[in-house]
Amino acid sequence: MSVLLRTEGVHKSYGGVRALDTCTIEVNEGTVTGLIGPNGSGKTTLFNVITGYAKADAGEVYLADRRITNMAPDKVFALGIGRTFQLTRIFPSLTVMENMLVASQHHRAGARKRAIEQLEFVGIEGYHASLAGTLSYGQRKLLELAYILVADPAIILLDEPAGGVNLSLVNHIAARIRELNAAGKTFLIVEHNMEFVMGLCHQVTVLDSGTVVAAGPPDIVRTDRRVLDAYLGEDLEDSDEDPDPAEGT
Amino acid sequence: MSEDHIEGPSGLARLRGLTGLQLAFVVALLAVAVAFPVLFPSPVDTNYGVYALIFVAVASAWNIFSGLSGYISLGHAVFFGSGAYTLGIAARDWHVTGTAVFALLPLAAVAGALIAVPFGLIALRVRRHTFIVITIAVFFIFQLMAYNLSFTGGTTGLDSPFLPWGAQTYNNPFYYIALACAVGTIAVAWLIRRSRFGLQLRAIRDDEDRARGLGVHAMRVKLTAFVLSGAITGLVGAVWFFYLTQVQPPSGFDPLFDLSVVLMAFLGGLGTVSGPVLGALIIEPGQLYLTANTNGYISEILLGALFLVAVLLVPRGIIPTGGEYIRRLTTKGRAAIPERGPASQRAPAPTGPRSDEGATREGGASKGARRQAGKIL
Repeated sequence: MSVLLRTEGVHKSYGGVRALDTCTIEVNEGTVTGLIGPNGSGKTTLFNVITGYAKADAGEVYLADRRITNMAPDKVFALGIGRTFQLTRIFPSLTVMENMLVASQHHRAGARKRAIEQLEFVGIEGYHASLAGTLSYGQRKLLELAYILVADPAIILLDEPAGGVNLSLVNHIAARIRELNAAGKTFLIVEHNMEFVMGLCHQVTVLDSGTVVAAGPPDIVRTDRRVLDAYLGEDLEDSDEDPDPAEGT
Repeated sequence: MSEDHIEGPSGLARLRGLTGLQLAFVVALLAVAVAFPVLFPSPVDTNYGVYALIFVAVASAWNIFSGLSGYISLGHAVFFGSGAYTLGIAARDWHVTGTAVFALLPLAAVAGALIAVPFGLIALRVRRHTFIVITIAVFFIFQLMAYNLSFTGGTTGLDSPFLPWGAQTYNNPFYYIALACAVGTIAVAWLIRRSRFGLQLRAIRDDEDRARGLGVHAMRVKLTAFVLSGAITGLVGAVWFFYLTQVQPPSGFDPLFDLSVVLMAFLGGLGTVSGPVLGALIIEPGQLYLTANTNGYISEILLGALFLVAVLLVPRGIIPTGGEYIRRLTTKGRAAIPERGPASQRAPAPTGPRSDEGATREGGASKGARRQAGKIL
């Protein structure tokens, strides 16, 4: 299995705060990889560095074998990395369909047809003519996923896809991710909902203070003493018995 | 006029986006505009018409950039004044006289575009409020240059070449030139509003960083709109100069110009095609009337008051607010989620590996997945 996305020794500081410190991760093609860690561990910063929203102070980012370090977000997107945000970012004054068309800049032919297909896939096609600003939070999450899909990126970075939505919608989103992954799509997911991560991901990478402290299959990572002690505490062990996602770290 | 969707093909096919009623309204409005000097031949009335149309063109040009992108420019007088000065200097130095000066009009557009490139490259690096401050600063730089550079004529400014037209019908050619500018600018604005380029500008208005993350080359898109807007404004500034027959620093680079244009767009509806047109048709004749019939400062006080009223009562503008009101009336009692289209327009039936919910592949969802999404939402 080839490595699709790779960061090597990435450093990023904001003033005196070191957000990422020699951060090295790998995402294999065709897998779902989870990126976990306590708040402030650098997960979203790493997303920002990968997608060009923040510039790395040092280190490199590669998509397949192509160096994409510090490329502008539009170029990173054009090369095949799509992302969602922790707090959904849609275009509220545009219709749902127009939101989809913004993301289809590089795939103009048949853009409307593909947009409708993706809206159907996530289940909000009935809202295609509605203003995106009138959607509920959960619907916005689905729209954000749909307009990433319409561009057909090589890898999708999801920042807390299960955050702030009800359990039914969490399951719905998880099912869509499984389905896309079964069709070959690669995912890197930041998520605090441990049940979601452990049930979905083939690999899990754990960050603390901007550094990778553990990486591997979920079953290995979840029993890693360093991870349990430092990041998951007793919650993960509890979650084996209690499926409530709110118990996740 | 429908202003909420993107049309596919270019050219005349785009007119299919208009309903029969809308098209009839546009044609009737155009017919009235063409017949106006015949119906109201008095120079006083045609003077109102010329100024109204000049500001229809300018407000629409301003809206192409600021209304769609959300970057509020208070420096468009730079293009307006520069267009006027460019033509004045060219006509003077090249000894162009009579109606031949109209052949120089494209030069004013070129001047507006050339100034917009460095102006935009500097100002568009910053966002929103800082952008406004920079446009004001650039405006004052240009006004000061007009006062102090030798080739601008200093405080006395420049006179336009004499046009050998009779006093009674002197306004009429200008009226039709201004009408052509207005119609042309509205047509450009309409095409852009419905184009992918316009969609990118509106996405930038909502969330520029998100738009960049979806492949929009934000700087290129903003700069293109800024240059186009500047070119049109420069061209219209030159027409205004010929009509007024002179330009001076305070009239060519007038801070009230930008405030008036902004108010026109806000009052009618920022980012819409018809909003700035309506705003200009309300405000410019009103300003002229008040200036002619009251003490000069009264019109400025009323302009400020109107700005307050517009912001407080119709913050989105007359067109969007009115449109929303009509939509509420016409959609009263209908389901919130629109009906799905006919079977022929739906996505192809999904195939491929099945998932735990029955949804089957990327690009198509099963009925089970849709049912579940419907329940969840």
